[in-house]
Amino acid sequence: METDKSKIGSFIFNRSVQGIFYQLITLGLVALGIYYIVTNTARNMLERGLASGFHFLGVESQFDIGMTLIDYSPTSTYFDSFIVGLLNTLLVAGIGILFATIIGFTVGIMRLSSNWLIAKIAEAYVEILRNIPLLLQIFFWYFAVLRALPKPKQSLELYDSFFLNNRGLFIPDTVFGEGSSIIFYLLWLTIIISIGIFIWAKRRQNRTGERFPAFYVSTTLILGTFFVSLAATGFPVSFEYPELKGFNFKGGVKLIPELVALTFALAMYTASFIAEVVRGGIMAVSKGQTEAAKSVGLKQNLILRLIIIPQALRVIVPPLTNQYLNLTKNSSLAAAIAYPDLVLVFAGTALMQTGQAIEIIGMVMGVYLFLSLFTSLIMNLFNRFMKVDGER
Amino acid sequence: MSAARKEIGPPVIELGTIGWLRKNLFSNWYNSLLTIFGLYLLYILIPPLVNWIFLDANFVGSTRDDCSNEGACWIFIQQNIKLIFYGLYPTEELWRINLVYLILLISGVYLLIPNLRHKGWVGAFLLIIFPIICVVMLSGGFGLEAVETRLWGGLFLTLVIAGVGIVLSLPIGVMLALGRRSKLPVVSLLCTIFIEIWRGVPLITVLFMASNMFPLFMPEGVNFDKLIRALIGVMFFSAAYLAEVVRGGLQAMPKGQYEASQAVGLTYWRMMALVILPQSLKMVIPAIIGSFIAIFKDTTLVLVIGLFDFLGIIQFVGTNPDWLGFSHEGYVFAAAVFWVFCYAMSWYSQRLEKKLDTGR
Repeated sequence: METDKSKIGSFIFNRSVQGIFYQLITLGLVALGIYYIVTNTARNMLERGLASGFHFLGVESQFDIGMTLIDYSPTSTYFDSFIVGLLNTLLVAGIGILFATIIGFTVGIMRLSSNWLIAKIAEAYVEILRNIPLLLQIFFWYFAVLRALPKPKQSLELYDSFFLNNRGLFIPDTVFGEGSSIIFYLLWLTIIISIGIFIWAKRRQNRTGERFPAFYVSTTLILGTFFVSLAATGFPVSFEYPELKGFNFKGGVKLIPELVALTFALAMYTASFIAEVVRGGIMAVSKGQTEAAKSVGLKQNLILRLIIIPQALRVIVPPLTNQYLNLTKNSSLAAAIAYPDLVLVFAGTALMQTGQAIEIIGMVMGVYLFLSLFTSLIMNLFNRFMKVDGER
Repeated sequence: MSAARKEIGPPVIELGTIGWLRKNLFSNWYNSLLTIFGLYLLYILIPPLVNWIFLDANFVGSTRDDCSNEGACWIFIQQNIKLIFYGLYPTEELWRINLVYLILLISGVYLLIPNLRHKGWVGAFLLIIFPIICVVMLSGGFGLEAVETRLWGGLFLTLVIAGVGIVLSLPIGVMLALGRRSKLPVVSLLCTIFIEIWRGVPLITVLFMASNMFPLFMPEGVNFDKLIRALIGVMFFSAAYLAEVVRGGLQAMPKGQYEASQAVGLTYWRMMALVILPQSLKMVIPAIIGSFIAIFKDTTLVLVIGLFDFLGIIQFVGTNPDWLGFSHEGYVFAAAVFWVFCYAMSWYSQRLEKKLDTGR
């Protein structure tokens, strides 16, 4: 009798048994919740006569999109509209990341400047921009600045080749004539050779301690070959400048105002966060490193290149990619100013027309989720690669 | 002899204002160049801004004809102030919102003043009784006239969404973080999936989901209004972000703390509540407040699903035919208000960080 009781007791109070019990309960609750939602959804969809499945992707979309990177017309399918939206999202994210990085690094380094005024200006930039909602900034650039610009006839212009007006930003287009492909092949070839030079220079330095000016040599090689081949083939690359014809500009590349406003706002906003990341990364390199480098007689630019930047980058890169990801996700705010990105085109127009909320929102979320998970995978690999032996 | 003995002070150029200028602004030729460039930048930015905002601006009047159009026309804001602060909330019921603000303000100030007694009670009141007061006062009941949430708007709505998002997402975030760190594989896996899904998608898609898919999930007859759906979306979204912040704190706890509390025989929940969470939450307070700031800024996104928050209402007021063309004033005003809120939060977090940094 007594032993039976203690057996039951030891069974009930056993840690692993308890663990399994709790997990079963959790699993049960979650399954119940999912079952509840699924049955409700199925019944609701049946009642409202909503279709399900992905057949709609092959159907003609019957709507046009203001800006497309691939051929698209109202007779294209919903899947095409998905691709158009996705490409537009990636475009704005790509340009945004480029500019955010440039501005962010500049401001971050400015904040560490020994010049008091410059450091304060950079601090003001960061504190102002990161404390104002991004959507407000997008609205400001779009409605208050770009929409208020003059008409094409009174455009703001730069060197007669860049024009900014209320129809958008017009920039020169590059036209690749005959024979320009050979220049690209040569460019790639010289880049590959330069990488070879870098590897060889590093090996030689490890072996003999002698430095080789790999950077200057390869830059000269790449640029030299580029210009020589350009001249030899008779400058097949030319620019097509936008020109005012009637009421609007013809020729060149037209960037719609939505794209300009969105990229501008995204770049400025994210730059304020990147600046903090950069500042933190550089400050994380302890002062002893600089002093030690000085005491072994390294010059200032070498200290920066060999000691500070490599160590700072290890701290900077993970949060930096995080900011890139944020920028990509934030580009979905495009919907608020009608830039045709993935959310507006697919989760907006296509959803309204087909009514297939679950499939469409699932696909859109899936895209962003994929981008996030892919980035964190890359980041984990990077961290493993950069890990110094003996660190956690 | 005596002259030589006299102590020689540092040269004048290293002292006082001139010394400071030399050291910080003109230490070498490129620093001087940068300083001049910075001054030029300030010169082209600041005077026109000051002129526009203050000197040339119009502050008194009642219609757009009172604006001189040389500077900002703050009459636009002033005439629409009720709409901007309270949305379409009925005018005779506005005292209810103001009373809620007043209670919040008094208890907030009480909590901020150092060395007062019974702070715990005030905190408990804020967390438990105050939300009930809010719901009753704001939406009606107990003899108060019901005010539909579609009439809510302006800064008031922004504060409601941010407040609910902040208060509810913290406990959920803590639970998710504990779940993710749990030794039970099923719990940990489920929490990880939940967190990563919410963190991987933009808030705008979450809001789209809340407004389009939620109605499908619910049984027939159950119909949440738009505000509650948006609130649920914001809550889960920010909970996932907070979960990662809290997890960072949990991971930074030395293992000895866990082992010591197990050694004195604390159960899991007691160990977490009494030993681990108080210390690890304290460690990540700056990051938590950072998340709160993000939530506050993100509330502006609700305008894409048709709720008129602070920014949404300013956008809306700007489309009023009587006041067309004053979007600059609207945006600058909105930016100033958002900035003050966010900056106050980040300033408070820095202060708290210094105050709590007692361990080292």
